[in-house]
Amino acid sequence: MEGELAHIGAGLAAIGSGAAAIGVGNVAGNFLSGALRNPSAAAGQTATLFIGIAFAEALGIFSFLVALLLMFAV
Amino acid sequence: MATEAKGEAGGLVFHPMDQFIVSPLFGDGPVGLFTITNVTLWMALTIIAVIALMVLGTSGRSTIPGRMQSIGELAYGFIYKMVEDVAGKDAVGFFPYIMTLFMFIVFANFLGLIPGSFTTTSHFAVTVVLALLVFITVTVVGFVKNGAAFLGLFWVSSAPLPLRPILAIIEVISYFVRPVSHSIRLAGNLMAGHAVIKVFAGFAAIAAVSPLAILGVTAMYGLEILVSFIQAYVFTILTCVYLKDALHPSH
Repeated sequence: MEGELAHIGAGLAAIGSGAAAIGVGNVAGNFLSGALRNPSAAAGQTATLFIGIAFAEALGIFSFLVALLLMFAV
Repeated sequence: MATEAKGEAGGLVFHPMDQFIVSPLFGDGPVGLFTITNVTLWMALTIIAVIALMVLGTSGRSTIPGRMQSIGELAYGFIYKMVEDVAGKDAVGFFPYIMTLFMFIVFANFLGLIPGSFTTTSHFAVTVVLALLVFITVTVVGFVKNGAAFLGLFWVSSAPLPLRPILAIIEVISYFVRPVSHSIRLAGNLMAGHAVIKVFAGFAAIAAVSPLAILGVTAMYGLEILVSFIQAYVFTILTCVYLKDALHPSH
């Protein structure tokens, strides 16, 4: 029974991936809307874009980590 | 779990995570610290590929670059510019290290895309070592270059005074969580992508959905080529960001 509950918990932790997807979409979408307004400044900001995406993604990774721990360590 | 899946007729005939099993290259004994495994083989191939590109690319230098020289110069210029732009001009001394990191990860990712190969960077053991090396390097560099002033990284002087202790706790936690997110981002992305490809491949055994499954495999493979490069890029650029924090800890 406990193992099954852990699997349910892992599935619930996967919701965090969806939340991270919203965050990454926000970053990329806002970058695009800014870039289309001023395309000449966009090229210099791609590094910032990827750093922003990486930080938004990091919190999704923690939920993935929790899911992994529930699947294999509990 | 793998044995359960094998029994179903027409469903998954292999488990999607089977591709990540570490097995000895010669014979089948237990995997010890010095056992030569498929991970060892593919890491060695990665290093050989990197050395081959950089040595062959720079040996026959000409004014009009050939294919190898173009790729070598492109990679060199790309990383050099990244280090200069993100980490600052005084971080150029760390360029060889960052270039090595990028080339190793990008080649390991791309070699892992060859069907039947083994993706070394999809294992946490590999990426955690890479990320811990970056973490230790950055911390040591920070303390050597700035001394105790490096701790100013955790003391946000632009925030109101009552908030600073709380922010300091958050900053310390986020500093120590860096190697975790740094390593699991790379391994998690690659592992998940390769597992999804295998899941689609498993559906190809059912005749009704096999055209869709093959289309899915192709589409995911295309996405994985993109992800392989972007994850190597993100790993490298985060190394540069951490290095910038270590060289200039004031916010």
